[in-house]
Amino acid sequence: MVDVLVIGSGGAGLSAALAAKEAGASVLVVGKMYPTNSQTSMAQGGMNAALGNVEEDHVSLHIADTIKSAHGLCDEDMVRQMCADAPKTIEWLETLGMPFSRLERENDSTRYPLPATRSIAQRQMGGASAKRACYAQDYTGLKLLHTLYDTCLKEGVDFLDEHFLLNLIVPDDTVKGATFLDIRSGEVKQVDAKSVVIATGGYGSIYHGFTTNMYGATGDGIAAVLRAGGAVSDMEFVQFHPTALKHSCILVSESARGEGGYLVNEAGERFVDELKPRDEVARAIFMQMKEGQRVFLDVRHLGEAKLMELLPQEVELCKIHEHVDPAKELIPIKPVAHYSMGGIDVDGALEVNGIKGCFAAGECSNAKVHGANRLGGNSLLEITAFGRFAGENAFKHAVYASSKPADDAQRSKDEAAIKALFAQESGESFYTYREKLGELFYEKVGIVRENNQLNEALEEVIAMQVAQKQMGIGDKSRNNNQNLIELLEFKNALLLAPAIISAAIARDESRGAHFKVGFEEESDAFKKHIVLQWKKETA
Amino acid sequence: MIISILRSETGTHQNYRLPAGEIPLLSALVYIKETQDATLTFSAGCRASVCGTCAVRVNGREELACSYKVKPGDVVEPLQYHPVLRDLKVDKSGAKTTLKRGQTWLHSYTEAALTPKEEHLTEKQTDCILCDSCYSACPVFAVNPDFLGPFALTRAYRYTVDKREGEPKSIVDAVQQNGVWDCTLCGECTAVCPKGIDPKMDITMLRAESVKHGHSNPSFSSQSFGTPDFGGGGFGFDPNAGF
Repeated sequence: MVDVLVIGSGGAGLSAALAAKEAGASVLVVGKMYPTNSQTSMAQGGMNAALGNVEEDHVSLHIADTIKSAHGLCDEDMVRQMCADAPKTIEWLETLGMPFSRLERENDSTRYPLPATRSIAQRQMGGASAKRACYAQDYTGLKLLHTLYDTCLKEGVDFLDEHFLLNLIVPDDTVKGATFLDIRSGEVKQVDAKSVVIATGGYGSIYHGFTTNMYGATGDGIAAVLRAGGAVSDMEFVQFHPTALKHSCILVSESARGEGGYLVNEAGERFVDELKPRDEVARAIFMQMKEGQRVFLDVRHLGEAKLMELLPQEVELCKIHEHVDPAKELIPIKPVAHYSMGGIDVDGALEVNGIKGCFAAGECSNAKVHGANRLGGNSLLEITAFGRFAGENAFKHAVYASSKPADDAQRSKDEAAIKALFAQESGESFYTYREKLGELFYEKVGIVRENNQLNEALEEVIAMQVAQKQMGIGDKSRNNNQNLIELLEFKNALLLAPAIISAAIARDESRGAHFKVGFEEESDAFKKHIVLQWKKETA
Repeated sequence: MIISILRSETGTHQNYRLPAGEIPLLSALVYIKETQDATLTFSAGCRASVCGTCAVRVNGREELACSYKVKPGDVVEPLQYHPVLRDLKVDKSGAKTTLKRGQTWLHSYTEAALTPKEEHLTEKQTDCILCDSCYSACPVFAVNPDFLGPFALTRAYRYTVDKREGEPKSIVDAVQQNGVWDCTLCGECTAVCPKGIDPKMDITMLRAESVKHGHSNPSFSSQSFGTPDFGGGGFGFDPNAGF
């Protein structure tokens, strides 16, 4: 029986694992891919910390910016903790060898010699009152993830790769481990643990075809928490990133605007302050597009040399996927789903409400630091700072937890369920529904919402849940069955869909990323979190 | 258009028909799986060349499926020198083993405020996405499966020259066996890297670091050239060194 089981091997999971290991726990990290495949690699722009390396900045300003952008829906204590932890989180990464971009300081004799983090470069992001985002070109997430992974190998953290989370094992409200499908062998396995950290990422892939997220961002851990009796909250708050490439939905970092890029319409006119928070910029673009305008990102004036220094990845992706050279041409963009603010409802120790000994960190968790709208640069901070915090707290729980493993009831149940999926005739292709669900969400649960459309969406989703019973797999192989994994992922997305829509219907106001026609103002009556939990099955 | 994909079950290439038009190979694979053949197995993630999941071989050359544009008649196969798990999906767990063996991490942090110039020393190397393309292209694996391989050596080099590393010798020591001297400097890795990393150059530089820390090219010393410092600082000009 392992002390701390970490589910999910992205930045949050690896940070949790390292902290738990450092505290003295035995740790196992289980993920459905390899650690370095995770979506953390896709984060580009940077990681906020009020170091004040470029211009005056204070932790209090970071806190104030974050609270302002959250539109009254954050837990201010949690925001304070995250922002106050930021400088020492950067310091920790520095000691691991994180390859941050650096500042020229040779002429500044008064500030030399400096503590090592003082030479870290910082850039402007939307909604920030100072240049606050530490970065590594536009590869910040990639380099963070690999630095954490290298450190995990150094510290001897154990990994179980290619294992898909099926269910948490929760007899009597306390977590005792989880069940997984070994993707390679097709076996259902049980991992016994004294405490669990869920770090499985967000649910942006519900917007299949209209998201910057990777295929697998289907909220697997959030769905597992709901099934196990835990709570989720703020599910209606989905961030749309203003600038994804028009045809491929591939992300163009906010740092492109932070570094001075403009948004223009067909007439070449700028129509919004590009450095406002993402919700406002995304809506401004949406309104332009509704008027029939095409919208572009213009970074030509930055010049090729600067673009290659600051945004090499963007330049490459624009060339491959849009046939556009950003140094010479306009980049066609549109806003698409990018980040789930909502997720697993946790308390101040990041322990899941409704499941003792189970913690959640990163995008899957709603630690209430982002509220109604996340600031660029705060997610990499959250996964690292709160990933570590979750790992520490999970270890503390493990110290006093019972070491008696759970029986194999959950495993048997899950084995039977998988068997049933193999036996199910594949009447309807779930791939068609996956596409339909993505379109439905983008159209009706998108940037600008209306109650009648939300209600239609809810009906369609419920119809899909009924149809789901007819959906099987065409591939009957037991080993390496990606078809089966994709069905399980789709089922998770479909399970979360009504939670998102019903919370959006209930919220008759506009706040941050949730904007509703007919209710365009913030309403004090809704200055609260909508928390959802499944009723206990009565035996 | 028709493309052909190597299937592991039959060991033969199977043809699939795609609609005309320019699409990334990954989109083509997804299209086939969704509409024609649910059993076709491959790995995919971010669609944006950064998660390292989807590398395959197209017409014998390593490509990221998400960035390669399909052409009629393309032949798609799994990476070489990796156990094939199914169709285009291979076992990449070897990466963990080689990175561990090469001890490619920061061993002992030493405080140093890096300058942009110092950061640029390893900027390209830290763009590595561990897609395994370089391992698939490396001919050394055909004769020596225990070779540390290009990305592990690039990563070793990256930490060795990081000014914050207080014990570069530990890393250098870890890459001597089946490592830095076993490369033939053929440059295949450099040719296929989707991120433009140059492992060949990194390995050459790592040889120089090795010599600095008292190591020498074992094949040179066994060939009795007479002078211990032959090779001008460890730059291996012998393309067959290590064989």
